[in-house]
Amino acid sequence: MPWDRNAMAARAAKELEDGMYVNLGIGIPTLVANYIPDDVDITLQSENGMLGMGPFPTEDEIDADLINAGKQTITELARTSYFDSAQSFAMIRGGKIACAILGAMEVAENGDLANWMIPGKLVKGMGGAMDLVAGVQRVIVVMDHTNKAGESKVLKKCTLPLTGTGVVHRIITNLGVLDVVEGGLRIVETADGVTEDEIRAATEATIVN
Amino acid sequence: MKKVYESAEAALDGVLFDGMLIAAGGFGLCGIPELLIAAIRDAGTKDLTVASNNAGVDDFGLGILLQTKQVKKMISSYVGENAEFMRQYLSGELELEFNPQGTLAERMRAGGAGVAGFYTRTGVGTQIAEGKEHKDFDGETYILERGIVADLSIVKAWKADDTGNLVFRKTARNFNPPAATCGKVCIAEVEEIVPRGSLDPDCIHLPGIYVHRLIQGEHEKRIEQRTVRAA
Repeated sequence: MPWDRNAMAARAAKELEDGMYVNLGIGIPTLVANYIPDDVDITLQSENGMLGMGPFPTEDEIDADLINAGKQTITELARTSYFDSAQSFAMIRGGKIACAILGAMEVAENGDLANWMIPGKLVKGMGGAMDLVAGVQRVIVVMDHTNKAGESKVLKKCTLPLTGTGVVHRIITNLGVLDVVEGGLRIVETADGVTEDEIRAATEATIVN
Repeated sequence: MKKVYESAEAALDGVLFDGMLIAAGGFGLCGIPELLIAAIRDAGTKDLTVASNNAGVDDFGLGILLQTKQVKKMISSYVGENAEFMRQYLSGELELEFNPQGTLAERMRAGGAGVAGFYTRTGVGTQIAEGKEHKDFDGETYILERGIVADLSIVKAWKADDTGNLVFRKTARNFNPPAATCGKVCIAEVEEIVPRGSLDPDCIHLPGIYVHRLIQGEHEKRIEQRTVRAA
């Protein structure tokens, strides 16, 4: 059985180590926060200007002045600090954030990432993704291994406009975990019941042993 | 010198002109200068270039200036959530310059700090880097990005004193401080103007030197994505 969204998020949460400052992207990466073990102390950064992001509010706690980078209402924690956008990206660009977990449209075997636009179709913008991949210490992508048409999203070379070049360290998909290494990708782990051959069949990129 | 004005319309008097560059604070609909945006719509100023992280939604925030076709060009990092924006952009009526979010914030900060440009790794090897100077430092490639100096900055804060010292609230701070600093003229709208001496000088987020005009008003503060958990 390939992993579902929650299983992928749970697997991604295992990447987080005690004391890390972490930025979670929109979509499946947001779910990672639900799977951080109690004994692992993580501070979540929201790039609109907050460290120490808390859970969604109850109806009574909703505050229009308190949102995350996905524009969702959230809450603060005892450790929370607020700052402006210039300082937020200074800490991102400055390499202070240990790890970013992001979604993707395509990843290439050299670590290139495309996740911000489809020419002629989807023109929304890169938001903070280009700054994050250029600045944080470790970039982990969480995405489905193939698109809706069944085509691999793990490619020799990205076809869509890039977000960054050679920036991805690890890819977590519904089929397993792959690392970007010299010469291509290496299978680190398979999802329960998924074989390495199945991953190879669903991957266009070069897989090295 | 008196900084406090009676209304957004009065505060904007004499500073608007067609073809001007405006830097606006806010992230999504959070911390946007909604009163000043509405007053610019009413003033009818045209051919605006607006540097703002987002472009509002169809009927709120900067979206209302798109509806009236007062905006010629946006400099933004993310413009989803706005169908009218997409329509005007895809039909060629509206120019769009995408900036990575951190690059946009730093361009405003630099412009306000007298820094003409800066080198950043953000965007190297992407469309964003095309046509920009590349330079290697310590074995890494960087691109040159220019500071932004706007004709006018419009920002939203929580509280101000009458000298223009500003205090923001939670994540409504976002782009407001860097946007405020990069304007030749900066107008701030706040929820409350308090007497001087009542803000703790150690807890002022933006010193009044950056703020030329001030208004107080009621804010709708619309929420874009209302997400809740069970109590």
